Amino acid sequence: MNLLRRKFLKTASFVGAAVTVGSSVLIPQRAIAAYNKAAFEAKDIDGALDASLGSAQHSPSDSVKLKAPDIAENGAVVPITVSASMGNVSAISIIASANPQPLTSSYQLSAAAEPYVSTRIKMAKTADIIAVVKADGKLYSSTKEVKVTIGGCGG
Amino acid sequence: MATIKIRAKAAGGVTQVKTLMSHPMETGTRKDSKTGEKIPAHYITEVTAEHNGSTVMTANWAGGISKNPYLSFKFKGASPGDTIRISWVDNMGKGDSAEAQIK
Repeated sequence: MNLLRRKFLKTASFVGAAVTVGSSVLIPQRAIAAYNKAAFEAKDIDGALDASLGSAQHSPSDSVKLKAPDIAENGAVVPITVSASMGNVSAISIIASANPQPLTSSYQLSAAAEPYVSTRIKMAKTADIIAVVKADGKLYSSTKEVKVTIGGCGG
Repeated sequence: MATIKIRAKAAGGVTQVKTLMSHPMETGTRKDSKTGEKIPAHYITEVTAEHNGSTVMTANWAGGISKNPYLSFKFKGASPGDTIRISWVDNMGKGDSAEAQIK
């Protein structure tokens, strides 16, 4: 009980701190050519999408399936699965809208790859998860709210 | 040091690859509870999956991915016995790769 409270306080103070110091600590020590640094440094959803997929204009689509839990007890590990039923999908981005850096990950798919990706992300607090799929140069999205009991973008 | 576990299975022309990497995935914003100092950022930035030498998928990550990351993806055109190769690079310039046979 007491331990849980400690953990909660620690995480809560972290979330506050993360917003202010986020930008300064995200400087990679070695530049990696293909790595899209700007996309991950973006503080808002539009900026993250623009940098990772080339546009911030996305339309909700039933063809994009986003599987995420309704309630995540631990924000440090939130399983997310994104799949799409359309063809020519070239990229997928997963966004946790309330995270200090909203873009959690971005995937470039070759022609052989199926539009399917599954991973585990961190979430700072209860927020919408937005899965954005790029197909034929257009962006389609699916959104789902995930309630987080204990935030965990600190891992 | 093997830091990557791969399981790949072909069924109906589609291969599903599941992979687990061991990595701390520090965001750089967390503090050490004893010293109060910030734990430096240490996370995987790029994961590449290759089948027979051609890249199937590239994942760009940052601190927003959970510790000891799990990643699963699917692709077409592979048959059992083929080799799938997964490699990662992190923000400190370290990296690792592993190969597995598709079942």
